[in-house]
Amino acid sequence: MTTSAESNAERLLRISEQVAAKPPRRRTRFSWLTALIYLLLSLGAVVMIAPFVWMILTSFKPGAELIDFAFLPRNPTLDNYRLVLTTSSFGRWYFNSLFIATVSTLSVAFFDSLVGYTFNKFEFPGKTLIFLGILATLMIPTEMLIIPWYNMSVQLGWHQGNMQYWGIVFPGVITAVGIFLMRQFFDSVPNELLDAARIDGMHEFGIFWRIAMPLVRPAVAALCIFNFIGNWNAYLWPLIIASSREFYTLPVGLSFFRGESTTQWEKIMTGASLATIPLLIVFILFQRQIIKGIALTGLKG
Amino acid sequence: MKLTLRRRQILWAYAFLAVSLIFFVVIRWYPTLLAFNISFRDWNVFQNNGPWVGLQNYQDIWSDLFKQRSAVRAAFFNTLRYVIIGVPIQLALGLMIAMMLNSIGRAAGFFRAAYFIPYVTSLVAVAFVWNWLYAPQTGLINQLLLALGLPMQGFTKSPQQALYSITAVAIWASLGFTVIIFLAGLQQIPDVYYEAAQIDGAGRWPIFWRITLPLLNPVIVYLSVLQTIGFLRMFDLVRNMSDQGQGGPLNSTTTVVLEVYKEGFGSYNMGYAAALTVLLFFVILIITIFQLRVLQRRVEY
Repeated sequence: MTTSAESNAERLLRISEQVAAKPPRRRTRFSWLTALIYLLLSLGAVVMIAPFVWMILTSFKPGAELIDFAFLPRNPTLDNYRLVLTTSSFGRWYFNSLFIATVSTLSVAFFDSLVGYTFNKFEFPGKTLIFLGILATLMIPTEMLIIPWYNMSVQLGWHQGNMQYWGIVFPGVITAVGIFLMRQFFDSVPNELLDAARIDGMHEFGIFWRIAMPLVRPAVAALCIFNFIGNWNAYLWPLIIASSREFYTLPVGLSFFRGESTTQWEKIMTGASLATIPLLIVFILFQRQIIKGIALTGLKG
Repeated sequence: MKLTLRRRQILWAYAFLAVSLIFFVVIRWYPTLLAFNISFRDWNVFQNNGPWVGLQNYQDIWSDLFKQRSAVRAAFFNTLRYVIIGVPIQLALGLMIAMMLNSIGRAAGFFRAAYFIPYVTSLVAVAFVWNWLYAPQTGLINQLLLALGLPMQGFTKSPQQALYSITAVAIWASLGFTVIIFLAGLQQIPDVYYEAAQIDGAGRWPIFWRITLPLLNPVIVYLSVLQTIGFLRMFDLVRNMSDQGQGGPLNSTTTVVLEVYKEGFGSYNMGYAAALTVLLFFVILIITIFQLRVLQRRVEY
């Protein structure tokens, strides 16, 4: 199915662009089958969206209204938000999540690209061995590494004080998936272009940074999106390594938040809304790029 | 000393790889070996180099598997159940929705986004939103049941229903990803196949069984492996949907990874927890090798 002129990377990019593209406006004649499909899809969409709508509506209700089972809040209030924001450390958790996801994404974008580029454009002794050594780590589940990581972190003091930021971030600063993905994408950068720059006397890092990198921007963007969402939502490792409240990320903070207000659903839903709404807005704004990014990284093989 | 061009290239390559190589050796390979090592020891993080106990931890797991009330026994069987129930339903629903999305024009973009939303939100927030929907008496679902004159259900509070209730949420949360990957697969099937079949007068059903399904085979294998590994690693939802996050009621929802967390970071029984992760590693390894084997037989068309 692949034409010989098209590299694997170009094919992946085309597929993921296609899947995220605005669907063609096909003029379909009315048929009962189409009507049934729309009905089923709409029912499904309600099941997907309704929980979020209910979450947001609940967050605007005074606690006493919860047992009324009215759909809309009768006396909408921001008290829950005021209370949650003043009594918990949500602001700090936002900052932590944002900081950690940004740092790890920048690092991944740089190192994964650099390593992917090296494997694609350079010949050196041990190349295959090193590449397989990196690729093989894909088979090691994070769950197996958390105990050794925790031991290393305790020895080095990464579970205390400001070092907790590093403790949360360090396992994800370089990823094998990203290296694998980027290695394929540097295929689309012609070697002649790099050689021309070499003749002009540009040094190798400059060639990578100023000539090759701008040409693989769509792949880097996809990698960044995928990585940012993954780190923003990461739970198991931050839960283990962040020992003090000020260093929780949003998911960790939220999970402990439950214990503090066990049956006060309006407060819990306010916390859940605070944790989800920013991402929902980002998703609605960049829907197509995000779907493309996930499809691209998901399809990589 | 003058370096030849080739020598220089090799030096650049190693320079580009240096940081990443250190990372993969120190943060991936060494901890992997350490995990094996710890699994043979009576290890507590705060007293390093616990005594070597040989296969004791594995023997403990083995004997726990035969103890009626053991949480680890429950975890193994539950995890198996999550996989057996979750993966087929997830794939069937995902394929159905993808095919419906692929057949319509108007509003396909909206539906695609709607199904994808839960995938970008934190599973901790998702868990709480569903806890509220599932809540006994006051939850939305029980209120709907009441309004329809049906008996209220326990959902996550009932030992018989809890696992299924959590599986449903897990499917709901990652359905969007499955749909997108299937959609990408469907779009790669050239229209000529369908046109030819229609000319031959083939009905919808034979077209699905004879054309769509066989041509989607690589996607189906890929997704079932990915989802199997995903369900094997269930943690976030169970931790936040079961009572006190302990995998209850009566161990009916606990998973292998939750037991790793409880043993390793609750009781600091790290040798035992590491042995559990080593077992998980081998299961995932076998599944991955299976996938590589099957996918090598590419469908040519």
